[in-house]
Amino acid sequence: MKELMQQLRESAVKAILDSDGAESLEALRVKYLGKKGELTAILRQMGSLSAEERPAMGQLANQLRSEIENAIEQRKAQLTSALMEKKLEDEALDVTMPGEQVHLGHKHPMYNVLDQIKDIFIGMGFEIVDGPEVELAEYNFTKLNIDEGHPSRDWTDTFYFSEDGRVLLRTQTSPMQVHAMETKSLPIRMIAPGRVYRKDEVDATHSPMFHQIEGMVIDKGITMADLKATLNLVVEKIYGKGTVTRFRPHHFPFTEPSCELDIQCHKCGGKGCPTCKGEGWIEVLGAGMVHPKVLSGCGIDPDVYSGWAFGMGLERLAMGEYKITDLRLIFENDTRFLEQF
Amino acid sequence: MKLSRKWLNEYVDLSLSEYDDRSFAEAMTVSGSKVEVTEDLSRNINNVKVGRIVSLEKHPNSDHMLVCRIDIGGETVQICTGAWNVHVGDLVPAALHNSLLPGGVKITKGKLRGVESNGMLCSLKELNVTTHDFPYAVIEAAAILGDYHPIDPAKPSISADIKAGDKIYGKVIAARVEKLETVGYSQYKLSLDTGKGSAETVTGCQNIHQGDLLAYDTGKDKVCTLSDLHAEQREFPHCITDGIFIINEDCKPGDDVALLLGMDDHVVEFEITPNRPDCLCMIGLAREAAVTFGKELKLHEPVVKATAQGNINDMVKIVVEEPELCPRYTARMVRNVKIAPSPAWMRERIRNAGMRPINNVVDITNYVMLEYGQPMHAFDFSCVNNGEIHVRLAKEGETIQTLDGNERKLSTSMLCICDTDRPVGVAGVMGGANSEIEGDTAMVLFESANFNGTSIRRTATALGMRTDASSRYEKGLDVENTYKAVERACELIELLGAGEVVEGVIDVVPKALKETTLKLEPEKINALLGTDIAEEEMRRILIHLGFSLDGDIIHVPSWRGDVEHYSDIAEEVARFYGYNEIPTCFAGGNTTSGGFTPVQQCERQIGQTCRSLGMDEIITYSFISPSYYDKIRMPADSPLRDSLRILNPLGEDTSIMRTTVLPSMLEILSRNYNYRNRSAALYEIGKIYLKRDDGMADEPKIVSIGAYGPEMDFFKLKGWVEALLEEMKLGKLRFEAEKENPSYHPGRCAKVYAGDSYVGVLGQIHPAVAENYGVDTELYCAELSFEAIFALQGGTPVYTPLPKFPSVSRDIAVVCDRDIPVGRLLDCIMENGGEYLKDCSVFDVYTGSHIAPGKKSVAFSLTMRSEDQTLTDEHAGDTVRAVLSALEEKYGAVIR
Repeated sequence: MKELMQQLRESAVKAILDSDGAESLEALRVKYLGKKGELTAILRQMGSLSAEERPAMGQLANQLRSEIENAIEQRKAQLTSALMEKKLEDEALDVTMPGEQVHLGHKHPMYNVLDQIKDIFIGMGFEIVDGPEVELAEYNFTKLNIDEGHPSRDWTDTFYFSEDGRVLLRTQTSPMQVHAMETKSLPIRMIAPGRVYRKDEVDATHSPMFHQIEGMVIDKGITMADLKATLNLVVEKIYGKGTVTRFRPHHFPFTEPSCELDIQCHKCGGKGCPTCKGEGWIEVLGAGMVHPKVLSGCGIDPDVYSGWAFGMGLERLAMGEYKITDLRLIFENDTRFLEQF
Repeated sequence: MKLSRKWLNEYVDLSLSEYDDRSFAEAMTVSGSKVEVTEDLSRNINNVKVGRIVSLEKHPNSDHMLVCRIDIGGETVQICTGAWNVHVGDLVPAALHNSLLPGGVKITKGKLRGVESNGMLCSLKELNVTTHDFPYAVIEAAAILGDYHPIDPAKPSISADIKAGDKIYGKVIAARVEKLETVGYSQYKLSLDTGKGSAETVTGCQNIHQGDLLAYDTGKDKVCTLSDLHAEQREFPHCITDGIFIINEDCKPGDDVALLLGMDDHVVEFEITPNRPDCLCMIGLAREAAVTFGKELKLHEPVVKATAQGNINDMVKIVVEEPELCPRYTARMVRNVKIAPSPAWMRERIRNAGMRPINNVVDITNYVMLEYGQPMHAFDFSCVNNGEIHVRLAKEGETIQTLDGNERKLSTSMLCICDTDRPVGVAGVMGGANSEIEGDTAMVLFESANFNGTSIRRTATALGMRTDASSRYEKGLDVENTYKAVERACELIELLGAGEVVEGVIDVVPKALKETTLKLEPEKINALLGTDIAEEEMRRILIHLGFSLDGDIIHVPSWRGDVEHYSDIAEEVARFYGYNEIPTCFAGGNTTSGGFTPVQQCERQIGQTCRSLGMDEIITYSFISPSYYDKIRMPADSPLRDSLRILNPLGEDTSIMRTTVLPSMLEILSRNYNYRNRSAALYEIGKIYLKRDDGMADEPKIVSIGAYGPEMDFFKLKGWVEALLEEMKLGKLRFEAEKENPSYHPGRCAKVYAGDSYVGVLGQIHPAVAENYGVDTELYCAELSFEAIFALQGGTPVYTPLPKFPSVSRDIAVVCDRDIPVGRLLDCIMENGGEYLKDCSVFDVYTGSHIAPGKKSVAFSLTMRSEDQTLTDEHAGDTVRAVLSALEEKYGAVIR
């Protein structure tokens, strides 16, 4: 009987190892361990054994059963993992194939830059103000200390809607200074981006419609030192830390003192190169202390309040940021252009 | 404004060696006079020397070239030239081996037809100057018969074997030059062999040499030029009025020609802001430079001897009829004028300032303008009728020929300088040809006047002639300057010996001149600047700039019309204290919260959503052409055609303010289509401009969407609009077919409502409109009112508990009349489905076989769920039955 069990062990183990799938394995389990299986058949002969032999034989038989069971389990695991490997191999992809195209829309590059600037000013407690583009000459010029005979009022420079020159397309965002001073409570910290219009023919650097950002602060104790500190910070945020700035006197009718802010040319470090036209500096914006005449014209007492204002061209800023060489691209709206940003 | 550094040194000691171009430019720029560019004139020319011609011979291998030996100061070099106007003894500019000429031309030695040439003799043109710069260097050419080339070789006008004494025509005979002697600058005494005898004559023609056969007019005793012979240039190709510049200056061989041309100078070009017309001259910039560098400003007070007989007051009457337009008119008279070229130093300064020398009198007026900033005019007094000057507006129909030779029609708003009968000049713009200074002018009336800037600017613009004078006048000049300027001009007349000045000055000042005074308030200035500048420093700066102080009263100098307020004084102080020395310091003050307004947030969110749906943002012009309304088939009587019209547009295409964004979007779509971009999906949040009664505009924003491409159809567009409005939480949307909008396809256009509120329109663009834009594909657009979206957008969402029980779904298909909108059926289902029906979607619409004509089959999927139990078949069956009976009752739709 012992021999029988030994034979059974050998043949069973061999058959299990040779089996090639879950089904044949199950058949082997039935063949050896099932109710009518071979081990059962052997166990049935136990009756013929002596009482002394029985326990030992029983133990051997149980051992054999568990050996066969283990062998089946092991084989099963082997087969499952082989099956999985085969499946994974079959499912393998060429991962270098392009991904499915998702079309995301793009913000216009100029508004990318504008949003960057809005964020900078909002971080400093400024609000953003919108205003009319069809404007009164009174706001675009008169209240900004630009007198009747000023060349910028000429019909060769400004678009007019009325023969008397009363209504026009604003030529600058500066009238927003007046609107803000007239309608807002003090103190004011605001920027006003928007479209402006001048009678310039379209070319690589000109457009009859373009964008400016106006900025203004009115409060008690506002000084040119505050103007410098704030604009230096803005410039650092736009052009990076360590950007060298220069303030130089300039003239705007509605600010006094007035200045222009230059940054040192990043390309040549101020030595002079084609980017900065040999000057070593690149003009960024115009600014100044709000003219006391403008303040009092808007009902603000210049002996109590002071303020500063600035204006900058958005197109030029965006063109500099993205190295765009022709202004016309901005308004052409070719998707091949828009989708680069 | 161009500034010669050499000339500047006359007023301020600022040598080039001490202050190079860079440091000069930087310092001037940061003190307020922005330097655009500095040109080192000497860089244009190098190693060009004055040479004296020692000998001349004909070139052995050429019939028209000469070989010259040139003394260049202790050394003699050989140079070949093709010019004939040189003679032994002449001083000439010699560009030596390895020299540089203006325009970047490099000269090296070489061989010309086998003969060594160690450089080049230069013409005026090669030195980048003209006879205006060197008026004496005009070249005259005789017709040398040896150079004659008949136009038709078969019929020569002059026979090839002509010899001395042969008649050419009339009294003109051929004569041979036996001897030539230079008797003055470009003056030659000739001994001629006239065949039968001999003759002597003097000529100014410079191309004659010993042995030449020329045409001699025995009647006029004159060597004939080409024009005397009525010959064409091509008949005498080498007898040209061009050649080497024969120098007639105080110089010697070996001298640097660059110096002679005044090119040992650096010219600084400034951008002068319009408020500082006082800086449009040497003295003004010198003053700025003196304060900038802390140097003394050396000014000269003109002194006039006035030696001529008479007094101007007895000779001229000046009437200013328009005191507002002419606050001052100052004049002086010069007799015995001798018109001649002005001296080299004056021509050089005028040239380096970017102007052209003309003659002594004209040059003086320009020189004074460059020096003092005061435009001047010189009248030939003999042409001023009745000796009267009237400063008045032009009369209807008056015209004048200006100095540039053009006939100008004057309008009655133009200020003119007139005699008793007619205009003799357009005030502040340009003089008249009728009183122009000419070679025979004997009496000159100098005008030094002040005119209203705006009036001059408008006149100059209207006449299309912005001159050096008008561009200065238009900014408003110093009224006090007219007197000094006219004095300076007369001083120069005497200095140059150009005439004799008559005693007396006529100075008409119709209105009293005003002086501006301000109070010096150092604490106010420091408070504005955020500085702590000492009062003494402020006083020092102001005084150096020409302000005077009387206690704390500041007297503003007459040339500083821009200074009228304490903030202007603050700027003066700040400029020279240094803008870059002002500290940077944030003001404390009250804090402000800042941030985006709800409108701005809404706008940002719309933009963000459009982009996440795949649309690119565009920016389009606010103005369009009126014809664009026709292009989008806007009805002729549409109120939207009543646009704000620009009265002075750049062109028709940008002449009205848009009342619809559709043409702008269609233009961009068609442009992308024409660029062969396969598809495009675009959006813009753009304004339209609606005319108001007060002449202004309402400027509402429109969310404009546009797209085309293979994946594009109506439902994709509708999906975008739904997604956008859902994202903006507009609540339940309703779409209604729109057949009346002529810009859109009548069967593929819908109006969208949120509740009862109209939001906008969307659909396929009418093929006829697309065709108007040259597009043969389907274009899709939507125009949504930003205001409506903003007004209707939902607030903060409130959490709805997630379902606890599973949902059940049932599909049904019904057959109904074909023209019943599916949207209606959906509404009907949702209204009648009862409490468990949560959702209903369409999954198929079918017409065709098995469906009766005029009918369609629509398949819906119903989703049902309860909040408190798992639904049974029975529940679902009840819902479906309710839906079907409502559909049948309302729309006659029966289950398929």
